[in-house]
Amino acid sequence: MAEMSGADIFVQCLVDLGVEVVFGYPGGAVLPIYDALYNHPTIKHVLVRHEQGATHMAEGYARSTGKPGVVLVTSGPGATNAITGITDALMDSIPMVVFTGQVATHLIGSDAFQEADTVGLTRHCSKHNYLVKSPGKLGQVIHEAFHIATSGRPGPVVIDIPKDVQVATARYEKPDLSTHVSYRPQVKAEPDTIAQAVDMIAKAQRPIFYTGGGVINAGPEASALLRELAELTGAPVTSTLMGLGAFPASSEQWLGMLGMHGTYEANLAMNKADLIIAVGARFDDRVTGRLDAFAPASKKIHIDIDRSSINKTVPVDLPIVADAGSALADMIAQWKAAGHKAADLEEWWARIAGWRARNSLAYAEEGTEIMPQRAIADLFKATKGKDAIITTEVGQHQMWAAQHYHFDAPNKWLTSGGLGTMGYGFPAAIGAQMGNPDSLVVCVAGDASIQMNIQELGTATQYRLPVKIFILNNEYMGMVRQWQELTYESRYSESYSDSLPDFVQLAQAYGWTGIRIEGPQELEAGIRQMIETPGPVLVDCRVAKLTNCFPMIPSGAAHTEMLLDPSQVSGTMADEAKALV
Amino acid sequence: MHIAEETSERHVLSITVTNEAGILAKIAGLFTARGYNIESLTVADISDDHQVSRITIVTNGPPRVIDQIIAQLDRLVPVHKVADLTEDGPFVERELALVKVAGKGEHRIEALRLADIFRAKVVDTTTESFIFELTGPSDKIDTFVGLMRELGLVEVGRTGIVGMVRGKD
Repeated sequence: MAEMSGADIFVQCLVDLGVEVVFGYPGGAVLPIYDALYNHPTIKHVLVRHEQGATHMAEGYARSTGKPGVVLVTSGPGATNAITGITDALMDSIPMVVFTGQVATHLIGSDAFQEADTVGLTRHCSKHNYLVKSPGKLGQVIHEAFHIATSGRPGPVVIDIPKDVQVATARYEKPDLSTHVSYRPQVKAEPDTIAQAVDMIAKAQRPIFYTGGGVINAGPEASALLRELAELTGAPVTSTLMGLGAFPASSEQWLGMLGMHGTYEANLAMNKADLIIAVGARFDDRVTGRLDAFAPASKKIHIDIDRSSINKTVPVDLPIVADAGSALADMIAQWKAAGHKAADLEEWWARIAGWRARNSLAYAEEGTEIMPQRAIADLFKATKGKDAIITTEVGQHQMWAAQHYHFDAPNKWLTSGGLGTMGYGFPAAIGAQMGNPDSLVVCVAGDASIQMNIQELGTATQYRLPVKIFILNNEYMGMVRQWQELTYESRYSESYSDSLPDFVQLAQAYGWTGIRIEGPQELEAGIRQMIETPGPVLVDCRVAKLTNCFPMIPSGAAHTEMLLDPSQVSGTMADEAKALV
Repeated sequence: MHIAEETSERHVLSITVTNEAGILAKIAGLFTARGYNIESLTVADISDDHQVSRITIVTNGPPRVIDQIIAQLDRLVPVHKVADLTEDGPFVERELALVKVAGKGEHRIEALRLADIFRAKVVDTTTESFIFELTGPSDKIDTFVGLMRELGLVEVGRTGIVGMVRGKD
């Protein structure tokens, strides 16, 4: 077999791995690769405007298609700009492979132009990383990287390729990856733990499923299995922010999201449950609230593919290390084999009905301003049945979208949960649109968040991507302002969005359609116009400025200490609570 | 407001890893990033083909933190196996120290006598100094170094411990 350049090996690997889209930005240290990609017949390259945008696009692509996202950037600033998105993908378990150019091997360590220690910088924000020092190893490394990124608990893998390795030649053969010397994630649960789990569920009087992003990562089959197991057991289901869509919001058994901005019924049910079945969720601090008051009366089963997620913050009674889908399938089989019938949960459901009756997501509407919750509810109404993909930035609008937009299917909700990255949502929408060209993709944004990656307006224009941006514009970094109102007696230190651009004109400058919605009477028509207008559309929806997001469990409070409405806000907090994030 | 602290246990972990560039940084960095403690760390390759290294880490923390440390180490791609010798025990632990002592007359004779009791070897000598080589568990070395302090201790070098579970397995 003839030898190929490292750059050609790179391209051949992507072809062999079925990669269709690469999000990237060229630069000195990746020129050989860009030349090999020039006019490539099957690999589509999306030229971003900033490398952070490329990483979030790859995340949006991955989350909405289930396929790994691929990023290609240059050395130095290309790599450092990508780091936020790499960290975001690590926190939210998104499969992604990031290729970074590097200065030639003989220059490494010499402070060469655009040199950065990429492997050092990404060591703790990637699932794994490599510096490839010879073209002969490149094929093996790339195939292994895709395997690691997409298997077990998915995550970002970084491959740093020095420029001379891209130019030098070697033989390439598709490697055999059947056994890795040390990386072998446990996918299948121990059978006796499944039997125990099923037994515990059958005996429980107040069971609840607490599900997370792991169910989505386990593929659409896992979501279907969750529905089946929930139906068999008759137990209520709540989910984390990352898990929305795995269980249909239209189901009677759905309690809504739990946690800091979760529903009253979800949090109270967690607090009073006698059995919590955690599936692909990691007891995050946004979910548990004060740990010593978290679900005090319950036994806990924890199914997670990552053993380090188990007993990390909350001790559990039955740990099950497994892929969520595999464990759910085993549990269903075991439930049926044991001949279990759904227990009589009438009393439990009656208590839940009582909590539901509090109607914790209700909000008052008065005056001439659009309530942000109403804007989301109307967006949901207008897009219902259209199978829309919704992305968000980070802040109040994100929580309102999670509360008031209702998902019936997985892979339709893309948000930055773990890292909480402002600037995620818009590029994620572009990535999702690339992976789903015929879908309606809407980015719900805030006036502050959208500015963090607004340069990507040009990317959507260039590739004629009909993404929609729906800005809930309250002229504040709303969540920061809300915390300042709750904790610091409304001293709004630097949380006002001064000098906002005219978003409509800005959109138009990039060749987009811009729409402004200023009052409740314009809301429905404005949303309809956004959906019906072909091509990319930005909506500047002016909403009430000082609305807070409720319900809310303040930092360091228990699930039973939810604030349901503004009248419960005191404006100060103890130092212990102030010290928490 | 004050920050609460939990009581810690000492654990000896033995980790086998693929001997690749950056593996030590990866492991040491995991400890700093997650706020775990390292009392000592030793590393050397242990296979014929130089592909596998054994790292011994002495750490301390509350039981649930020790459990997390093991789980976090175990999920690193190049890590083959993590053994908690303290948990798997009983186990042997040994550390090597070089101890330089300078002095004349009675001090010098006393240092040599103590070295004999501790089975320390003299590996370098001048008319005014010794370097002792001593192996044993860390507390034996602590004690020896403590005694030498009164007899003209100049400097100490210690390797940190390596450990192994007793028995045939």
